[in-house]
Amino acid sequence: MNSTSTHFVPARRVNIYEPLHQFGMWGETFKSNIGNGNLNTPSHIIIQNSQLDNNLSEDTSHGTPLVFDQETSTSRHPDKIKRRLAQNREAAKKSRLRKKAYVQQLETSRLKLIQLEQELDRARQQGFYVGNGIDTSTTTSLGFSENMNPGIVAFEMEYGHWIEEQNKQICELRTVLQGHVGDVELRLLVEIAMKHYFDLFRMKSAAAKEDVFFIMSGMWRTSAERFFLWIGGFRPSDLIKVLLPHFDVMTDQQILDVCNLRQSCQQAEDALSQGMEKLQHTLADCIAGGRLGEGNYVPQVNSAMERAEASVSFVNQADHLRHETLQQMHRILTTRQAARGLLALGEYFQRLRALSSSWATRHREPA
Amino acid sequence: MDKVMRMSSERGVVIFTKSSCCLCYAVQILFRDLRVQPTIYEIDTDPDCCEIEKALLRIGCSTAVPAVFVGGKLVGSTNEVMSLHLSGSLIPLIKPYQSLLY
Repeated sequence: MNSTSTHFVPARRVNIYEPLHQFGMWGETFKSNIGNGNLNTPSHIIIQNSQLDNNLSEDTSHGTPLVFDQETSTSRHPDKIKRRLAQNREAAKKSRLRKKAYVQQLETSRLKLIQLEQELDRARQQGFYVGNGIDTSTTTSLGFSENMNPGIVAFEMEYGHWIEEQNKQICELRTVLQGHVGDVELRLLVEIAMKHYFDLFRMKSAAAKEDVFFIMSGMWRTSAERFFLWIGGFRPSDLIKVLLPHFDVMTDQQILDVCNLRQSCQQAEDALSQGMEKLQHTLADCIAGGRLGEGNYVPQVNSAMERAEASVSFVNQADHLRHETLQQMHRILTTRQAARGLLALGEYFQRLRALSSSWATRHREPA
Repeated sequence: MDKVMRMSSERGVVIFTKSSCCLCYAVQILFRDLRVQPTIYEIDTDPDCCEIEKALLRIGCSTAVPAVFVGGKLVGSTNEVMSLHLSGSLIPLIKPYQSLLY
């Protein structure tokens, strides 16, 4: 993914095709040099006040030679003159190199700009969102969120990195589990993977404070993931469902523990779901109230804002549930089982993201 | 604070809530699903609301509401209740107060 800075290009096209004034200045410098000294050179050369054409691809390596009027030259201080000439040549050379570097910089910036504009257009066509579901290894995914809240923009970029790291970890888990690996190394990988999920919950918590509706909408995720969205993320009970088929041998105690966990998870989820529904109802009532014909004036706006704020605690609570479910599974399972479980979970989300990509491009394939 | 002490030491499960708090509602739903009838105190209808809130925070509740007490002892807020439940420790705690019906 592009490591772009958080300064975004405004919507209008930036015009970099104007002729550059700087090159006029170079010409002026040379002219003044000539005016000063009495110079003795044999050559009869012309200043080129180079006007850049729109392509900016002019080869500047053969420099701008100088004009000297042979008649005004004098032979009084040949060494000084020679030294002055050498200095001039040096200065001219440095100037040419600077100019070349500057032009190259402009070229790359221009290409980058074109690329950015294309991505923006593409993003606009898709309804102003570019989620992180597009395979980041083959495309540059720039996440432009609708509101351009810097905290949210930062979150989207961080999430892009999180996905990259996640893919690496899944790859490593897969490789390691296919071979023979000791429990110690496996435990380390499991710890790292768990911590990675906990990092995501922390990131989401900060982002929810910035814009809870954004987190709740799941716009930062791919379309197939959004299909299964529950209060800004995956359902904890789904987690258990995804992991369970991959444990061939489980002790009786483990089976009992997992069953209990599944039940308590479901109950906690139901309670939160109902709380969330109540919140939505009360917010809707807030907004729908008031007198008829008042347009977009929000009655009891403070109350409505408070309800919106309350959503933040729901997102946090939902993430807390996800966190605890992961912890409990970790406690119940052996290290090897946990590693397999984490691989299964990671691959599950990878497949959802892949499905989103396939779905998005399905009409572009030739019949 | 005396009032809080008195109210919380009632038998069974006691929950301090606010009528506008939907997380409190979620916690109530959870206990209902576990066949428990908690005693609910809506502190925003109480004239001493601010005092009660401060007292709950002082006792050690992460958020003033919902504040859950079982058998007179503070269990905590939503976080603590959820953690306990997922680890399987909540049911043994409320077992004496679970209804035998449904």
